[in-house]
Amino acid sequence: MGRKIIRSEYHLYDEKIDTLAEVPESELTELPNNKDLKIIGKGIPRIDGRDKVTGKAIYTFDKTFKNIAYGKTLRSPHPFANVVKVNTSNAEKLEGVIKIIHADNTEDIGWYRGNSKLFDKVARYEGDEVAFVVAETEVIAEKALSLIRVEYKELDFVINPVDAAEPTAPKIHDSGNLPPKHGHRTYSRGDFENGIENSDLVFEQEYSTEVAIHNPTEPHCSVVNWEGEELTVWDSTQAVFGVRDTIASSLKISESNVRVIKEYMGGGFGAKLEAGKYSVMAALVSKEIERPVKVVLDRREMNLAVGNRPDSYQKIKVGAKSDGTLMALGLTNYGSMGAYSAGAGAHWPLRTLYKCENVKTSEFNVYTNAGRARPFRAPGHVQGTFALESILDDVAERLKMNPLEFRIKNFTPIDQDSKLPYTSKLLLEAYEEGAKKIGWNKRKTAGSDKGFIKTGYGLASQIWWGGGSPPAYATVKINSEGNVQVLCGTQDLGTGTYTIIAQVAAEVLEIPIEKIDVLIGDTQATPYAPSSGGSTTAPSITPAVYDGALQIKAKLISAASAMLKLTEEKLVYANGVIHEKGNNSNSLKASEIVKKMKENILVAKGARNENTSNYALNTFGVQFAMVEVNTLTGKVTVKKVVAAHDIGRTLNRQTLENQFHGGIIMGLGYTLIEERVMDDYTGKTLNTNLLDYKMATMLDTPEIDVIIVSETDELISAVGAKGIGEPAIIPTPGAITNAIYNAIGVRINSLPITPDKVLMALNKEV
Amino acid sequence: MSKGKKSTGLSRRQFISRAGTGAVGSVVLLQNCVSGNENEKTGEEQIKFKLTGTNSLSLTVNGKKISTKVNENTTLVELLRDNLNLTGTKVACNNGECGSCSVLLDGEVIYSCHMLALDAEGKSVTTIEGLMDGEKLHPVQEAFIEEDGLQCGFCTPGQVIAAVSLLQKNPSPTKTEVMDGMAGNICRCGAYPKIIDSVLKASKKIKT
Repeated sequence: MGRKIIRSEYHLYDEKIDTLAEVPESELTELPNNKDLKIIGKGIPRIDGRDKVTGKAIYTFDKTFKNIAYGKTLRSPHPFANVVKVNTSNAEKLEGVIKIIHADNTEDIGWYRGNSKLFDKVARYEGDEVAFVVAETEVIAEKALSLIRVEYKELDFVINPVDAAEPTAPKIHDSGNLPPKHGHRTYSRGDFENGIENSDLVFEQEYSTEVAIHNPTEPHCSVVNWEGEELTVWDSTQAVFGVRDTIASSLKISESNVRVIKEYMGGGFGAKLEAGKYSVMAALVSKEIERPVKVVLDRREMNLAVGNRPDSYQKIKVGAKSDGTLMALGLTNYGSMGAYSAGAGAHWPLRTLYKCENVKTSEFNVYTNAGRARPFRAPGHVQGTFALESILDDVAERLKMNPLEFRIKNFTPIDQDSKLPYTSKLLLEAYEEGAKKIGWNKRKTAGSDKGFIKTGYGLASQIWWGGGSPPAYATVKINSEGNVQVLCGTQDLGTGTYTIIAQVAAEVLEIPIEKIDVLIGDTQATPYAPSSGGSTTAPSITPAVYDGALQIKAKLISAASAMLKLTEEKLVYANGVIHEKGNNSNSLKASEIVKKMKENILVAKGARNENTSNYALNTFGVQFAMVEVNTLTGKVTVKKVVAAHDIGRTLNRQTLENQFHGGIIMGLGYTLIEERVMDDYTGKTLNTNLLDYKMATMLDTPEIDVIIVSETDELISAVGAKGIGEPAIIPTPGAITNAIYNAIGVRINSLPITPDKVLMALNKEV
Repeated sequence: MSKGKKSTGLSRRQFISRAGTGAVGSVVLLQNCVSGNENEKTGEEQIKFKLTGTNSLSLTVNGKKISTKVNENTTLVELLRDNLNLTGTKVACNNGECGSCSVLLDGEVIYSCHMLALDAEGKSVTTIEGLMDGEKLHPVQEAFIEEDGLQCGFCTPGQVIAAVSLLQKNPSPTKTEVMDGMAGNICRCGAYPKIIDSVLKASKKIKT
């Protein structure tokens, strides 16, 4: 099968990726529909399940060496301060302390795209790195941190993005709090003012959302080990190749001398898409002391220093005709980047979800003296969709329209930016099936439910990218026992990547899934695959695995043709055996062929296909929520969520459902309980543990129905899968919020909707 | 606008929460309460951190009798993971908040990050590694695989242990009883619906 090299340009979150990719020259044969497949689409138990339920799965957190030393980071206790002097003499006296590094004894290593350093002399948030201790044990390293004397010169700080955008606010960076490149971003199409003028109804409302913390269960951690000039890093990461590149450039060594490995990881949700300073610090010390070093962040550091979903302060203005036609959508938004550059916008859903010719947005990405934001499961879309779907619900009510009919009225079959049609958009089908499942017709007039516990129904829609792209490769090998190995530089965050890779290979080669071995997350052993973010993993890598497996199958048939002296047309491949058409006894097993060919010959490099340029690649869906609100206590209980989505082909029904459950439950937590709380007077974060930072527990779990309305998306790839990690969470907050309104008849426009907000909202009305 | 107030109050709080184990934290807390300001108490550090333990400890872990020496501040989970290399038990908060470190102590589920190793003297500990019968999985483990009661798997050993304990006390739990019984184990991936299914399925398996 021919290959060609193309230029592949796409956006992953705020980053523009511009790269070359080798792709199959022509389109591959499409996979049949799932009903005609044996393994893909079924709820096959995940292949790493046994490792995980027995405790045998080795995470970076578990990796150790006999002579390992432990690193811990000293972090600024102040939100904004000059680091005047670091005195380590007392700490160094503590028995078991091996080495302490900080700005004064470490070469300058650029960080945050040159806007800061590994050890900056200015600490810009509570948690900024000041020094790094390596000791014989973790407890000693912890103790040593408290013995380091740092002289700080505290500075006036600012933690709210609206305040920080004011010209008089303390300047966190020399250029001010709005970075020149993307501090203020605007977008417009059509004529917003004209759209407003021609509207029968104009409505404006403000919304706010909290900062949320990823808090994956496995903390960020690294184990580093040098052998001569070669560095191996075990890292809990969503991007082994990205981490390798950053570590190599930070240490000014060749990428070929750095190997990054991640076998198992305990979640990421976007917080583990980039290399951490701790890995580089550990590598610096490890080299010097000639011992492996392990560094594990504690839960407090997890809540301060490794990312968050930025807050948002959104003002939305909507114009509509009395028949429900959207005439104008406008947004102004402020979001906190934290102390260093990050994406904090939320405008995409408003720009793309519904049909509207006149759109205008103005967004401020603002530096604040707080931990830096990182992509967090559908960055921007979660907070943006909450506000958009809240105001549209409000507008529908004012127009006396059913919220569902209002959304159907404003359905768009094309991407309004590019004017291109979508590869697939089965949102209307999702509305229909979802509404049926939840019993949308049971929805009453807002606030009309009797009794003190009131039931309400709400909905919200979703758009996300999630189509994937090249470059992504998978090497497929078959050995003389007929066992297949797939090697791919991707990561399994807990999403089931191991399993879907094995399913695709097993399906094509028609062998039991137990005969497939999957090796991922190793920069030395595997071909390149992109970072696992943006819901791109499944749609990017499964077509590469498919391509590789097809090539192996073709090679086996070719070899059988030579062996049996029959033309390929006279051969049939079935269940890993090649036989003569009409003569099953004249056959060869794959293993017999490989034995004849010796080792390492039947190897194929599969590649992700080129994306179409004639279509927009997106995922769509709707979620319906049913809630109960206790009007005496203010407690909201989410009873049921129905999620109906167009996500292309279902690869594994069980892991798909599981990931939808997780997105919905995380969205539920974001809507009702999660919130980073900072103190205005000290600039410190008050809830840096899992007791005070509230995450959903099993008691919060609603009944969840997952409906997939799509069979496949053949315009994306021959496999036709799209990503689901992010689509799963996007509509949840809007659906729950609208259901709360439907229950109590009062709108709450600020997340999280805690009982106190519910009670205040109700008292206002009484 | 910035309030800009200067504060020094929280560094101590920060230190305590970082001190890792509850025991160390409380000792340091006491010292700080007495001295008032840790920053001025430089060279007078009272706690001696030993590299190797000196306190004898005997207990049973997964059916094996263990005699070892530990520090007084070593937690049970540190003993299991660092000394005995039983890394199946995880630590996610080290603060008794999430349940990742759940193990059975004389049959009761406990948070092993929140217990000193020395307090397990003479007791019997079962970790995730101790549930299997040779190569045969425990019914709860089987059910978690079949019902996909996990995603990243990091909280899974704790979930499985909590489920084993729940089913020992209540072999036929209702869905609500499962939710109540497992509420002390956080799963950030949100695999709860399938964890519930797993526990209910395990209940059936154990009974048959």
